[in-house]
Amino acid sequence: MSEHAQYEQTGAFEPKIMAFVCNWCTYAGADLAGTSRLEYRPNVRIIKLPCTGRIDPLFIIKAFENGADGVLVSGCHPGDCHYTTGNYHARRRWIAFKSLMEFTGIDMRRLHFSWVSASEAIKWVDLINGITEEVKILGPFVEYKGLKGEENG
Amino acid sequence: MARIGVFVCQCGNNIEGTVDTKKVAEEAQKLPGVVYSRNYKFMCSSPGQEMLKEAIKKHRLDGVLVSACSPHMHEKTFRKASDAAGLNPFRCEMANIREQCSWVHHDRTKKTGTVKGNDLTRMAIERLKRNRPLKKINIPVTRRALVIGGGIAGIQAALDIAEGGREVILVEREPSIGGNMARLSETFPTMDCSQCILTPKMVEVELNEKIKLYAYSEVEKVDGYIGNFTVRIRRKAKYVDEDLCTGCGECIEKCPFKAGSEFELGLTSRKVIYTPFPQSVPNIPVIDAPNCPKFQKDKCGACAVVCGPKAIDFKQKDTVVEEKVGAVVVATGYQMMPNERFGEYGYGRFKDVISGMQFERLASSSGPTGGEIRRPSDGKVPETVVFIQCVGSRDEAKGVSYCSKVCCMYTAKHTMLFRHKVKSGQAYVFYMDIRAGGKRYEEFVRKAIEKDGAMYLRGRVSRVYEKDGKVVVCGADTLSNSQVEIEADMVVLATAVVSRKGSDGLARTIGIGSDRHGFYNEYHPKLKPVETVNAGIYLAGACMGPMDIPESVNMGSAAAGKVLGLFSSEEMAREPIVANVNERVCNACWDCVVACPYSAIERFTVKNGQGDVMGMHAKVNEGVCQGCGVCVAACRSKAIDLAGYTDEQVFAAINAF
Repeated sequence: MSEHAQYEQTGAFEPKIMAFVCNWCTYAGADLAGTSRLEYRPNVRIIKLPCTGRIDPLFIIKAFENGADGVLVSGCHPGDCHYTTGNYHARRRWIAFKSLMEFTGIDMRRLHFSWVSASEAIKWVDLINGITEEVKILGPFVEYKGLKGEENG
Repeated sequence: MARIGVFVCQCGNNIEGTVDTKKVAEEAQKLPGVVYSRNYKFMCSSPGQEMLKEAIKKHRLDGVLVSACSPHMHEKTFRKASDAAGLNPFRCEMANIREQCSWVHHDRTKKTGTVKGNDLTRMAIERLKRNRPLKKINIPVTRRALVIGGGIAGIQAALDIAEGGREVILVEREPSIGGNMARLSETFPTMDCSQCILTPKMVEVELNEKIKLYAYSEVEKVDGYIGNFTVRIRRKAKYVDEDLCTGCGECIEKCPFKAGSEFELGLTSRKVIYTPFPQSVPNIPVIDAPNCPKFQKDKCGACAVVCGPKAIDFKQKDTVVEEKVGAVVVATGYQMMPNERFGEYGYGRFKDVISGMQFERLASSSGPTGGEIRRPSDGKVPETVVFIQCVGSRDEAKGVSYCSKVCCMYTAKHTMLFRHKVKSGQAYVFYMDIRAGGKRYEEFVRKAIEKDGAMYLRGRVSRVYEKDGKVVVCGADTLSNSQVEIEADMVVLATAVVSRKGSDGLARTIGIGSDRHGFYNEYHPKLKPVETVNAGIYLAGACMGPMDIPESVNMGSAAAGKVLGLFSSEEMAREPIVANVNERVCNACWDCVVACPYSAIERFTVKNGQGDVMGMHAKVNEGVCQGCGVCVAACRSKAIDLAGYTDEQVFAAINAF
């Protein structure tokens, strides 16, 4: 039984957040939060990719479909991309994709885009805590639940 | 069915403190495809690694998941161990339950950590099941280097690479190598004569059999990738046959026409057939065609008449040569900020307001005055000279936010040279801060002030104007809180060091980045100071930012060291995390070609045996691809995937969420 389901049964909702992060900046920033023994909300699950430019918008839809209540995309700051321009591609895609997500009825408070460098452990901590709180208030994301059920059933 | 082995590390108490590793191992065991699962105190220890190797053999594992620390920490360790046990290293993955779980969730009941540890492990296992075995890619290396720029940094790099036993092609835009250093009089803080220490190195370049020197040439194109570059070099017409010319200089002597000397920064003129300076390497003159009457009006031709070996060839044309190299060192240097931008200091209007570089020529014994300090307007020896520092530097309004780094030192040197040559002279220096951070630099500046009596005034100059043959400098002395007016005979401006005009064009040609000032970007400002984002291309000297001679030499040697390291074997292995194209699905829209930051994707034409075009598709050059995956997300028809991060793997991880 997933943590999500557990909390749903007990009534205290704990959102699940999926984070797509790049290997060089945000993943290392999240590692630094660990080495610095900072503490943050345990609701996030990280998927590491080489670069935010690798992120297919479909990943985000699939994450929602699979029970994510919130999604975060985070990479290197503009100008700092390990692959020179990958994060600019991600940003451009994000701008185009955002309005589509809004159109499909996803509350944009569930979907976040951020830059976290390898040295910004505190920013990472604040980001995760903030998103968790925000999504917690919004409640579970149930709109796509049926999709998954139909597919499996 | 997969045969996955799962190893959950306790990391002493680092993970075990907040994550129940035994439980994580048990949960993993329940997943389909997992045939072996256990926890252990220290997976990275020798016994831990041995255990992993034994399990691979004993249980015939085809995949290994180590649920432990960050892959940035120990992925290499466990992949190596897997490889040693006969398992493809890319069939080994890690789940990060330390940095991103046990260390950030301090719940001592282990409930939070165990739930998250389970999730992370499960997601990683699903991803691992879809990992394809990958092989390191071997690329051949052409063990020959190209050095662009024949200043001191380029010379040092070329000599060091040649000394390491490899061939070097050195390309210099001007008719002679030597760069800006050849212009300098003495060098701080030792007061060595610049040419005396530089020219032996220039001669060494010329005599070294491993170095092929293309002077008066420019790099037009760099194609290819690390180990395999093809370079196109334009050799500009000199109108002098290099093979025949003996460098006797008779033509220069007899040439009746003159033009402004670039090398002397307009302080004097040179002949129309010329070498930039007497010690030029190669010592072969070139004809300045736009200023030569032979080319403009078909008159004269005196040089051809006096040339003994008949080396003058007015019909010579530019030639383009192609060279294959494995590495490139970019050492194109700097220039001084054009002084015309400083109207308030009167440069260009007043003859006796000159730049620091022009002062170098005045002080140089091979310069236009033979080393005597004489002002340009009337040739008189100046008694009072005002030096103004930070002309342009640290001035955002002029577009230069940085410190030019060398001016504090060379201005101190100028005041000393002036005092040594004009015993009764007085030097004044307007400065913002003195930056003398270098070996024996501070002592040098103190010496200029204390021993050679330079008067340092902390403040800026507001106005410079001419009055009765003098140049009057008005400024502030902020330490005594007063206005100063100095009637000077000459004013020297320490203008900012800026990137070379056209540096951004070259950056595009060779595929490296530059900052907003046009200086080239190193890969990492601290840990990879001579590498660039384009593998196989290295940087040296002031093309990266203001730099003095010792630093430029350091960088030249460092770049050469990197090149020799690359050349240490005929092949180089690289990580196989590269994109690949499914040719049957690709519809040749070229979105990937546009998106790729490395120009690693080419438009490939498929032809049949008769040479008819059958179709086109994108093709990834594995040597150039860096594995960012931007093309994968850009592909509309899902024809590209990234090895190690395939769509299948990512979706599997999301599904296991």
